[in-house]
Amino acid sequence: MQFSGRRRKILSNPQTELYGHCLQFYVQPPLENITLTEFETFAVERLKLLKTVENLGVSYVKTSEQYSKKLESEFSNLNFPYRAAADDKKVQNGPTEYEKRRKDHISHFILRLAYCQTEDLRRWFIQQEVDLFRYRFNDLLPKHKLEFLHRNNLQYDTISVEEKKALAEKLINSSYAVSGITVEDQDFYKVPFQDALDLVRTRKVYLKAGYVYIPHQDIVTIVLNDFRTRLSKALALTARSLPAVQSDERLQPLLNHLSHAYVGQDYSIQKSVGKISLEQIDSLSVKSYPLCMRQLHQALRENHHLRHGGRMQYGLFLKGIGLTLDQALQFWRSEFIRGKVDADKFDKAYAYSIRHMFGKEGKRTDYTPYSCMKVILSNPPSQGDHHGCPFRHSDPELLKQKLQSYKISPSGINQILELVKGMHYQLACQKYFELTHNIEDSAFSLNHPNQYFIESQKLLGGGREIKREMDAPQRAQENSATRGSTVARETSANPSQDLAEMTEDLDSFFQDA
Amino acid sequence: MPSSDYDPASLPDLLPLYYRRLFPFSQYYRWLNYGGVQKNYFQNREFSFTLKDDIYVRYQSFSTQNELEKEMQKMNPYKIDIGAVYSHRPNQHNTVKSGTFQALEKELVFDIDMTDYDDVRSCCSAADICSKCWTLMTIAIRILDRALRDDFGFRHLLWVYSGRRGVHCWVCDEAARKLSVAARSAVAEYLSLVKGGEETVRKVVLTDPIHPFIRESLTVVEHYFSQYALQEQNILSNKESIDKVLALVPEDILLKDLLQHFQTEKNPEKRWGRLKALAKNKQAAVKKGQYFEKEIMLQYCYPRLDVNVSKGVNHLLKSPFSVHPKTGRISVPIDLRELETFDPFDVPTISLICEELDRPRKGEEEEEEDETKEKENEKDVAERRKIRDYKRTSLAKYVKYLDQFLDGMARSWKGELLRKSDLQKDF
Repeated sequence: MQFSGRRRKILSNPQTELYGHCLQFYVQPPLENITLTEFETFAVERLKLLKTVENLGVSYVKTSEQYSKKLESEFSNLNFPYRAAADDKKVQNGPTEYEKRRKDHISHFILRLAYCQTEDLRRWFIQQEVDLFRYRFNDLLPKHKLEFLHRNNLQYDTISVEEKKALAEKLINSSYAVSGITVEDQDFYKVPFQDALDLVRTRKVYLKAGYVYIPHQDIVTIVLNDFRTRLSKALALTARSLPAVQSDERLQPLLNHLSHAYVGQDYSIQKSVGKISLEQIDSLSVKSYPLCMRQLHQALRENHHLRHGGRMQYGLFLKGIGLTLDQALQFWRSEFIRGKVDADKFDKAYAYSIRHMFGKEGKRTDYTPYSCMKVILSNPPSQGDHHGCPFRHSDPELLKQKLQSYKISPSGINQILELVKGMHYQLACQKYFELTHNIEDSAFSLNHPNQYFIESQKLLGGGREIKREMDAPQRAQENSATRGSTVARETSANPSQDLAEMTEDLDSFFQDA
Repeated sequence: MPSSDYDPASLPDLLPLYYRRLFPFSQYYRWLNYGGVQKNYFQNREFSFTLKDDIYVRYQSFSTQNELEKEMQKMNPYKIDIGAVYSHRPNQHNTVKSGTFQALEKELVFDIDMTDYDDVRSCCSAADICSKCWTLMTIAIRILDRALRDDFGFRHLLWVYSGRRGVHCWVCDEAARKLSVAARSAVAEYLSLVKGGEETVRKVVLTDPIHPFIRESLTVVEHYFSQYALQEQNILSNKESIDKVLALVPEDILLKDLLQHFQTEKNPEKRWGRLKALAKNKQAAVKKGQYFEKEIMLQYCYPRLDVNVSKGVNHLLKSPFSVHPKTGRISVPIDLRELETFDPFDVPTISLICEELDRPRKGEEEEEEDETKEKENEKDVAERRKIRDYKRTSLAKYVKYLDQFLDGMARSWKGELLRKSDLQKDF
């Protein structure tokens, strides 16, 4: 009830208050009534948008032209506002700018409900929303950027002309786009380094005594930081009031489904547990392992040891292809004791972490195998490590040698290296799959090392016993053309049945996404 | 002096003595209590002990210095790790609702381990170190200490010898203790230049313009490079190591030139001079982005951080004044004023300091002085004896340094406490 005052004010002038700018900080939650259908449609379409943001973020540099182009087309496909268009100008056959902004607003808040529940979900949601916001902010015209800053009361301290002069050389050497001339014309903002972590991380800014000096053109970083902090706080608050929402039986299944959708298949539930014998592993590593796992397996056999990052990446993969805990313990022990580790030390120092992987120790989480995204983006290998994505984390020259030693044709190697150069690591891996399995076009889109393994086994016909339910993704792909229309169908008389169908749609969507 | 005759088998006998008479509990508590500025800071801190036979006990916590003392004297841990300050007492973590028990704060820590340099040192490998490769740690400390102070504005940096093959840094400023995981990883990445695992040859890639931080770091490396890399590690003396260096030189033409030059020129300084000259020519020719001589220097000398240790708020790190079970050496703080002469092999072992305890006491004067001071403080007898005890051993100078470090921090706590009481007056 205490919100009634604010509610009245917004309702009195919703368009200028809430949707006056094509971009917003999502400070006010929407307060109008909407239909269940609209609720679903908005949620699903924003999720698609965020999924696109995630996928593009892996394949392209976030500020590259291709990235922007692809995102832009996704925006218009899904009818989200992506650039400051004049208010309410009717586009032919399309929704008005106002409708788009409203959709942006409402869909964001629906997903907050779905994604506030766990730390993992929050992190994923924040990351995608931040990337989305960065793209949209960068895309604004300078005057719209300023307008946005004003509207949201974002003010940052600028440094004096004298200070700028004194630091000129350092400022120039800290940023790619700043030259002697632009230093003079440009405002520099001085903020605590904690507020511009992205620039600190990549050393794209001058740092002194705990403060960073940010040229105006990079102001997006501070704004983003603000955005991230606010969103993070808001999600924590939302999580607290979630029980009230979850008691609504119309929304609860939908929200749960939305949040489960983000990771796609996690390859943790195995029908094939225990169907692989340890003797098979060496030959499987040659035939059906993706390069990252083959590299780890080889390193393990050669050194009789793998460092932590490698043990995690490879160990969970092995769990995913069906090794039981006992097999895993036996596998690692037999290899480690051939090296410097004796059986006693293995049982003390390493066995724990393997049981941990299988959810038998500590907080008893049943860990899932790493996806390509995780392998590529998190925990890059350092000295002595063999984990990571060989397409992402190898010198091209070494990668080439490795591929040659695996008898890949020179033209094939060139195609792969070309994809690596364009930072399409997963596509490069898929190309490697096609070349090693002698097929023209693999009918799946690769996003998980365990998926690689399963697809390979399927092709090689050895998959009889390791077979899983494989038809779903393909069916989903065929459906993709018609999917949009099914999601946006009219409200049916029976909302719960509607929901069931709609969650099915989501399932199929995320299996191939 | 029989400092190196430590026998790991004697550890179970020495540890009780060490914890009863030598471990500097009072300074230790003073450090981790941080002047009592924040409530329950010490009480909610996680300690973890490694006991005999690698039995690992996590989530220990203590409400007072006395309790910590009693427990350590009872358990006699082989190794002590310090974790985060949690939202609740760590020893009660099972009694609070899951999800609410969270790591809130910890010092920003760095862990530099000599094993990470194995591809660029020829003197030793794995856990072994010698005075030659120790220079790498000196360089690491110089570079990171400067950056953490000048760039990030931190002031209270405690550098600690790990007891075997590396060093740790504990950044104790309040702002550092409060950093988020994201901020810690950003700081660690800012400070990391050497990247890539076994599948990467060229691990340092510089681009235009060279950031002021890298320039500053290069200045440090340049100071040590000739003596360390060319003279002691002989990186340009034999075929194998030369090949390793030349793998980092980008162009075939330059390579040919260098190889030819090396045929006649045997002096490593002059060989390096030639390489540098070629790099300079190359830069003049293409104007941009050719820094291979700098990249080589950094790849061979720049500090290699274990980023994962710095990132996590809840990551455990071996405590200062813990004993290294393999070497018997005490993990002691390093006084940077004496960094150049710091020798890891001079660091006292637990057998040495226990032996020193048994030696007849020296001059009486010092003791009297101590005695009068202690009377003023009215400490109990045991405490007084303990202070006398460690002062008679080679541990004394390290404890004294910790005292000085804590005095420095106390000055900023005082400011903080004053500010707080001022605020209260305003009410």
